[in-house]
Amino acid sequence: MADLEYKVIVGLEIHVHLRTATKMFCGCELAYGQQANSRVCPVCLGLPGSLPVMNKKAFEYSVLAGLALNCEIAKFTKWDRKGYYYPDLPKNYQISQYDLPFSEHGYIEIPVGGGQVKKIRITRAHLEEDAGKNTHTSGNYSQVDLNRAGTPLLEIVTEPDMNSGTEVRAMAVELQRIVRYLGISVGDMQKGHMRFEPNINLVITKDGKEYKTPIAEIKNLNSFRALEGSVNYEVVRQLDEFERTGKVMVEGNKTTRGWDDAGRQTVLQREKEEASDYRYFPDPDLLPVVMTDEWLLEITERLCELPLKKQMRYVADYNLSEYDASVLTGERANAEFFERVVEAGAEPKRVCNLLTQMGLKVANARGCGLAELGLKENDVAKLAKMIEGGDINASAGDRIMQEMMTSEKGPVEIARELNLIQKSDAGELEVFVEAVLAENEKAVEDVRSGGKKSKAARGFLLGQVMQKTKGRANPKVVSEILNKKLN
Amino acid sequence: MKKIDAEQVRKVAKLSRLDLSDAEVEEFSGQLSAIFKYVEKMNEVDTDGVEPLAHCLGVNNCFRDDVVRQSLGVEKTLANAPERDDEFFKVPKILDDNSGA
Amino acid sequence: MQNKLLDMGIKELRDEIAAGRVKSVSAVEAVFESIENREALIGAYISTFKERAIAKARETDSKIAAGEKVGALAGVPIALKDNICSDFGATTCGSRILENFCSPYNAAVVEKLSAADAVIIGKTNLDEFAMGSSTENSGLKQTFNPWDTSRVPGGSSGGSAAAVAADMCFGALGSDTGGSIRQPASFCGVVGLKPTYGRVSRYGLVAYGSSLDQIGPITKTVTDAALMLSVIAGHDERDSTSVDESQAAVDDYFGGIDKAVDGLKIGMVTKFNEGADEGIRAAIEAAIEVYRKMGAEIVEIEMPYFDYSIAAYYMIATAEASSNLARYDGVHYGHRTAEPKDYIEVYSKSREEGFGKEVKRRIMLGTYALSSGYYDAYYLKALKVRNLIRGDFVKAFEKCDCIMMPVSPTTAFKVGEKTDDPLKMYLSDIYTIGVNLAGIPGVSVPCGFDEGGLPVGLQILGSAFGEAKLLRIARMYESQCQWGKKKATVI
Repeated sequence: MADLEYKVIVGLEIHVHLRTATKMFCGCELAYGQQANSRVCPVCLGLPGSLPVMNKKAFEYSVLAGLALNCEIAKFTKWDRKGYYYPDLPKNYQISQYDLPFSEHGYIEIPVGGGQVKKIRITRAHLEEDAGKNTHTSGNYSQVDLNRAGTPLLEIVTEPDMNSGTEVRAMAVELQRIVRYLGISVGDMQKGHMRFEPNINLVITKDGKEYKTPIAEIKNLNSFRALEGSVNYEVVRQLDEFERTGKVMVEGNKTTRGWDDAGRQTVLQREKEEASDYRYFPDPDLLPVVMTDEWLLEITERLCELPLKKQMRYVADYNLSEYDASVLTGERANAEFFERVVEAGAEPKRVCNLLTQMGLKVANARGCGLAELGLKENDVAKLAKMIEGGDINASAGDRIMQEMMTSEKGPVEIARELNLIQKSDAGELEVFVEAVLAENEKAVEDVRSGGKKSKAARGFLLGQVMQKTKGRANPKVVSEILNKKLN
Repeated sequence: MKKIDAEQVRKVAKLSRLDLSDAEVEEFSGQLSAIFKYVEKMNEVDTDGVEPLAHCLGVNNCFRDDVVRQSLGVEKTLANAPERDDEFFKVPKILDDNSGA
Repeated sequence: MQNKLLDMGIKELRDEIAAGRVKSVSAVEAVFESIENREALIGAYISTFKERAIAKARETDSKIAAGEKVGALAGVPIALKDNICSDFGATTCGSRILENFCSPYNAAVVEKLSAADAVIIGKTNLDEFAMGSSTENSGLKQTFNPWDTSRVPGGSSGGSAAAVAADMCFGALGSDTGGSIRQPASFCGVVGLKPTYGRVSRYGLVAYGSSLDQIGPITKTVTDAALMLSVIAGHDERDSTSVDESQAAVDDYFGGIDKAVDGLKIGMVTKFNEGADEGIRAAIEAAIEVYRKMGAEIVEIEMPYFDYSIAAYYMIATAEASSNLARYDGVHYGHRTAEPKDYIEVYSKSREEGFGKEVKRRIMLGTYALSSGYYDAYYLKALKVRNLIRGDFVKAFEKCDCIMMPVSPTTAFKVGEKTDDPLKMYLSDIYTIGVNLAGIPGVSVPCGFDEGGLPVGLQILGSAFGEAKLLRIARMYESQCQWGKKKATVI
């Protein structure tokens, strides 16, 4: 392998289930986990004489996504039939968009560490309907459930701009954040709301010549871990295959491989005998869509600040760490809660600590967001100010916040009730310090001697003062007094 | 245009999921060839710069609101199913994993 | 001598029933008696619903007796072409693949007829999936022309036309994709109207050529056609291609029907008449003469792209059909082959067994036209030619109120006469097909008989959504010559 250099080239095809109340072309309820074939009507069953009618909300959600992905939104877009036969596709054609998708030529920025971003180009995004589900049974037959047939599906295709499993994962995570921020999809990979299919190959430079390995398309990925793992696996597999066979990419030798999660490997699926001829043509049952300037403006107004931009703003303006900023911006509602607290006049870093530590700890355990914890933004701001001002210490802050979740009382009241107000009055504390110094002459000597035991002795004295004040002394003030008295 | 031969007929029959007999392939080869020969009459027409007319009405933007309508229910959905397995449609085992063409 | 009730048209019967002078039950019983006597010869119906019809008739009679409000077609027996979905009985489309298919829903037009209190008698025979011009392509049975039972009734709505002509119903609905209402109406000596594309909802009409299909009435008189149109026309939110009434309001087709059109200008292409048989030419010329006497002016128009209609149609309609019929696969409904060895055979054998030859032929044509490498030359080219054909009509209507021409080059031909050469059959659609490509309305009105005593139809075309004027023009002729008064031989 020493004389080999390679570059990993990955493009992604993503399918996103839109979270509308009904299907793309009929009024059947979109509901997961229901009894098979209980959400089916003549339209999504493909009965003779049935006709599709477009779901306006699904279309608008898609345009919102296109805008968030910096795409050009087409002024004129249409629907096409993609013909193929399969039991989960009752009409034996899928209503999709072929040559005039509603959006194209966009990009998404993904974080690549160290505050850096990378631009991944979006080729196009279009809208289509999902198929039903085939389940293979233990017997020699398969079962077909059409509940999912007709679900609005946003298909996004990227350029092959990613060069590692890490980048692919970052892209997927970012896209999930975006669709959740926009409120257009639940985006849960495990539940099938988002499907990612990477197309991977390598560009190998050997002995000054360049070779491209055949593209492999990977399906059946149910987690980000699987997504990243599959890319990494493919890199190794394709390198190995190239070394053994020297096989290069030619037209028509793209393969489809399924991810085997248990075995952590990709497996070749049955190779298609010939390229599918989908015989696309404009669907005569559906009218084209004309995007007027007014309509586009209306939809654009529903855009929010996107997650990565928000994340970077927190780092730049609030001096938060990249990690903290990414945690806070994980979900839009949480980020907005944080922003409201900061707006109520508190120091952002302090608020961040409160919310990311105690706040999210409880929220995650409960499976809810910060806004559902029973906390009032003003109270949290006040609490942050109390810590900042030294009225209470950090661990007291955590305790009080937890209390605030179930109490109507504000932080000051709770602090008093729980006796958590720090003693910060220098005069008051000096008395305690004097007492401790008097009781611990040996330690005082150790500190003054400046030797090896000095630091530990100082810490011991501080601890004694904390004990004497039942933990209520402001450690900073005590420290200052100690310094004065001991030096 | 060349006559549509038996091989082409078989290819199109496969795309159409029609299990034609040899006699039918032969018959269709002749008939389809004649029909396409006639259809090529359209080449006499100069269509440069002419827009294809897919929809007669010249209207766009027909939508519906995202409001739930009642579904048929499992029984009505499966009422015409040639074979069923409880609330599922039943077909002979599908061997390949993903969408066929 | 048949029951005198059967001599009435829809309007007359409806008025008599509404006034309580005639009972709907009597009309229904008369129709079923007629069916009993004639169906063996004609074969118009695939299924009939006597009990259901009598029950509905009885209910309507009671309502009327109690002075309750009833619909515009209250008590009138109507037949439906069997490619229109009904939630009672089967909807077969004349095909073995749907022979036992029971639709769980009613087509929009069926809902409208029911709301108008019409009584549905039964489902009529058709060319399989509406593909054909003679009803000989039905996979289930043969229908014969009431004027000469050795001849075809025309197609694809042959059953509906024959049923009306043989007084086996008072009116019927058919569907028209390339002439399937107008041509059988002309072969059977009755009135057939294809409305403007988008005027009547296609929800529940089993699709053949989606951008061409329209449901329309087949009746004994123009007045009846206007009455039926007023019941079935209108926007349907379940059909994206049905026109919004803010764009094209539903006119009072029936109310204004007897008002003649002043200063009528009739567009004609002289050479069109020359393409038809002698008997047809003579009848058409005589009809034009009637219009002249009423003060109409004949305007010579040009339709340079007309000759390409058949070529364009048989690419567009078959392309759409190949896709629309892909769903018939034996998986979710319809015929499934007995012993498939794998799931692929479920598809290919079920379809091979369930579809007739013409349907298979058109599916093959359409699949080929859409396939990779041929799409541009065939399908896309056809869509462009379609635009030009429509342009011909738009230009013509700038100079005239309507266009007149024959419906068909021949009158009803003998059963089996054209079945060995599909192209020959396609070419006989020359007068009707362009109308569907352009989306404009067209009506066939009886205008006489040929030397053999077979009915001839005059075709009148109107501009898009101009049915009100079109029907008045047709009525002008009908008010002068009631060819409908002559009864079919079988009666």
